[in-house]
Amino acid sequence: MAKMNMIQALNSAMDVMLDRDPGVVVLGEDVGYFGGVFRTTDGLQRKYGEHRVLDTPISELGIVASAIGMAVNGLRPVAEIQFADYIYPGYDQIVSELARLRYRSAGEFYAPVTIRTPCGGGIRGGQTHSQSPEAIFAHICGIKVVMPSNPYDAKGLLISAIEDDDPVIFLEPKRLYNGPFDGDPDKPAVPWSAHARGEVPEGHYTVPISKAEIVRAGRDATIIAYGTMVHVAEAAANALGLDAEIIDVRTIVPLDAETLCESVKRTGRCLIVHEATRFGGFGAEIAATVQEECFWQLEAPIGRVGGWDTPYPHAFEWEYFPGQKRVASALEALMSAS
Amino acid sequence: MPSRLRSRLHVPKPPARPGNKSDFSYLKLQPAGAQPKPDVRISAQATLPLATGLVRVLDDNHSAVGAWDPHLEPEVLQAGLRHMLLTRVFDERMQRTQRQGRISFYMRSYGEEAVSVAQAMALRPGDMLFPSYRNQGLYMVRGRPLVELMCQLLSNTRDMCKGRQLPVMYHWRQGNIFSISGNLTTQFPQAVGWAMAAAIKGEDHVASTWIGEGSSAEGDFHAGMVFAEVYQAPVLLNIVNNQWAISTFQGFAGGEKSTFAARGPGYGVPGIRVDGNDFLAVYAVTQWAADRARKGGGPTLIEHVTYRAAAHSTSDDPSRYRPKDEYLSWPLGDPVDRLKEHLIAQGAWTEERHAALTKELEDEVGASWKAATQYGTLNEGPRLDPDLMFEDVFKDMPAHLARQRDQLRAERG
Repeated sequence: MAKMNMIQALNSAMDVMLDRDPGVVVLGEDVGYFGGVFRTTDGLQRKYGEHRVLDTPISELGIVASAIGMAVNGLRPVAEIQFADYIYPGYDQIVSELARLRYRSAGEFYAPVTIRTPCGGGIRGGQTHSQSPEAIFAHICGIKVVMPSNPYDAKGLLISAIEDDDPVIFLEPKRLYNGPFDGDPDKPAVPWSAHARGEVPEGHYTVPISKAEIVRAGRDATIIAYGTMVHVAEAAANALGLDAEIIDVRTIVPLDAETLCESVKRTGRCLIVHEATRFGGFGAEIAATVQEECFWQLEAPIGRVGGWDTPYPHAFEWEYFPGQKRVASALEALMSAS
Repeated sequence: MPSRLRSRLHVPKPPARPGNKSDFSYLKLQPAGAQPKPDVRISAQATLPLATGLVRVLDDNHSAVGAWDPHLEPEVLQAGLRHMLLTRVFDERMQRTQRQGRISFYMRSYGEEAVSVAQAMALRPGDMLFPSYRNQGLYMVRGRPLVELMCQLLSNTRDMCKGRQLPVMYHWRQGNIFSISGNLTTQFPQAVGWAMAAAIKGEDHVASTWIGEGSSAEGDFHAGMVFAEVYQAPVLLNIVNNQWAISTFQGFAGGEKSTFAARGPGYGVPGIRVDGNDFLAVYAVTQWAADRARKGGGPTLIEHVTYRAAAHSTSDDPSRYRPKDEYLSWPLGDPVDRLKEHLIAQGAWTEERHAALTKELEDEVGASWKAATQYGTLNEGPRLDPDLMFEDVFKDMPAHLARQRDQLRAERG
């Protein structure tokens, strides 16, 4: 085991897979010589060469489409889109091509492409470096969507994604790259080395896709979250002294509805927390699923907390971000309803 | 084993990385005055020599030579020098304020000042500009008060973007400068649409847009070129080839085997490659392309050969991927120095006047900064009302946003 932050864990996942599988290639803007603007691919080109770790032209369309072509020809591309906010020029290739290739060719063609992309706010990135677009990928049929909340899961899930024969959108909450973040920007930063999930095996291991994890068992309520919000939700529950069960969804598609619903059936109360805008957010899908499965066990209306339904503003980052206060007041409403 | 021909994956290599000696031998240069200046009715295909050559006016002796000399009055050149110097002084000061933690982010245009300044001066005030994030010189020429730019950088109570945008992402409707996106190349086909509208409405305004050579790899570039050609839109399509797109050099955007300007004739659009650090050449080429557009000749693709002397942004460290002193070997020199030397050679400028102007502009920038910070900074002083977050998502605020606004008010106590 080694201490790793999320960047090092992701780097290690690609390193392990480049080493194990000669078909794995890494491509994206600035990922080669420079090692990525967040240093996630640092050292990989030096180690595996320019034909395995490729700098690309600035074209997200080109990155996604060429990854599809490479995958069809037997490679296993790991593409980086520099910020999730920049993924849209590649959206048609993802929606109409990557997601449906297996279906439309009746399984003769498929493209095992992993698309890694940093998402979320909290780094003063303004409206073009802060988005959480998981819902617009969740709505596409044929693509898996993953968002880890810690280094251990990040590495294990990324290896699973690369080994998966289906395409995977791998969203990396960039505020968590260097340490867990509980939503309070004024607190001194905590490094991953001080967190249990900063302990990461150096070699190959997997964390299964489509498995949620109960981060903390509890009896009073179920908080369903993913990415940065797992840490914020935990801090909010602690501040209230609430014995809440906290579930890290980890995989958005395919959703582990069983783990989520089993918990809500026990606690009778459910709050869903994500950073993305609330309206049409993935929380709506979770809420509908929970309602269908747990209606007779629910003791209160299902709550949802998210970012406001506005673009992510530069100056009001912390007013926008669904921090502990917003989560806590939703929890109080959840607990007082009867 | 007998050797045989086989396919191979070519990976473009920059001429120098950190620790190497800078090498610009890949650049195809031509002496000043070498390119003829054709009639604006020239066909796209006939511009190929212009698109692969290099239009230059200022020679090594600081004289203006050749058919492209725009024969500008010394007062115009002095104004150009002032705008370029102001851009540079402004950039330097804003970079420092970012390092002091007063603003969150900044992007300098150091070394590329002639592109924005000469072009804005050669165009008319009614022409619409669709800039990238490295065109602050446009604002200097069109005269937006520095305080207003600084308030945007500070996201303070006088921020034109009401706190919504990253620093540098200005807009100015009154000055005919379009809102800067953080996403690349999106403005390129939009400028074509604006120009199409000008033609539909029978106006003689033109549009001008700027992207980097790296950004020209985006699909938006292709769409812009096709629409511009199909409708013969009155638009200037500028590729600012500053050699570096963060860590990838221009070979990664398609600059190894061809020039960027040469893409124009392939689309049926005239192409011109110009020395982007030569104020006079940029001015002349812009004037020519704008004249062409106003006379119904349609679009022109202009490649400005320049060098990004600064980091990509304050988040970037170029010493990781290129020689630290590469700029000193740049064969096309510095745009400010070259215009200054030309004016001195003409007897229309002196070192003393230059030093005095520099001091004057530094003082102006300093005084503007003082004024701007009174309206708040990122961390101190008055703040914008967070209610503003919910405005302008739509023209009229829908009920769900009004509810969220009220919820935030309660949250803030």
